[in-house]
Amino acid sequence: MTDNVAIRIQEADFDIASEISALTAQRSDVGAVVSFTGLCRGSEDGAAIAALTLEHYPGMAEAEIARHADAAMSRWPLSGIRVVHRVGRITPGENIVLVVTASKHRQAAFEAAEFMMDYLKANAPFWKRVEAPGGTKWIEARDHDDTAAARWTRS
Amino acid sequence: MKLKYFAWVRERIGKSEEMVEPPPGVKTVEELIAWLAARGETYAYAFEKPRVIRAAIDHAHVKQDAAIAGAREIAFFPPMTGG
Repeated sequence: MTDNVAIRIQEADFDIASEISALTAQRSDVGAVVSFTGLCRGSEDGAAIAALTLEHYPGMAEAEIARHADAAMSRWPLSGIRVVHRVGRITPGENIVLVVTASKHRQAAFEAAEFMMDYLKANAPFWKRVEAPGGTKWIEARDHDDTAAARWTRS
Repeated sequence: MKLKYFAWVRERIGKSEEMVEPPPGVKTVEELIAWLAARGETYAYAFEKPRVIRAAIDHAHVKQDAAIAGAREIAFFPPMTGG
């Protein structure tokens, strides 16, 4: 994995400010930091939910995110990327995922953050199960996630 | 080889992993899915729509025409819904 790429999968919540600091501390060449946080909504397809449970494929999930982080590092002039993805039971309003990108200028940081999230949604081996008053069910993948990831493919 | 199952594939089969030795005629992921589906009701249910199933060999995504020779770990799972 490229230097300045950090990927963690954990049950615990994360602190956005400290993840950003990890990319900017002790350096003065970073002019732009973009952070994206994905949160658990309180409803799914219009129906209230009690919680999400996230399952992942240990080993492959880290490897797949690292592969895309390395791709982003070589595609944009970035000084670093951090990704934290939570697993286990997550209730509405809680954080699920964090992507932080740092660069000299904003465009690279914005684009790389979006690239990472699009790839994460379509290719990282995580699965969400919804816990609702009526029972539990697995969330179905959305075609637009594949489309969002595909637009980054260069011909 | 070791097989791993995730999400509803795991739930339908009723286990998260197992060791299998498919016969020599089973050469691709697609053929492995067909062989597994014939092993019993739980497998038939998990693989009832084989085209929906995603596969990974040794932690890398593969298409269903991928060869399984030399694979240490093959995983089967539904389309991913992380992020």
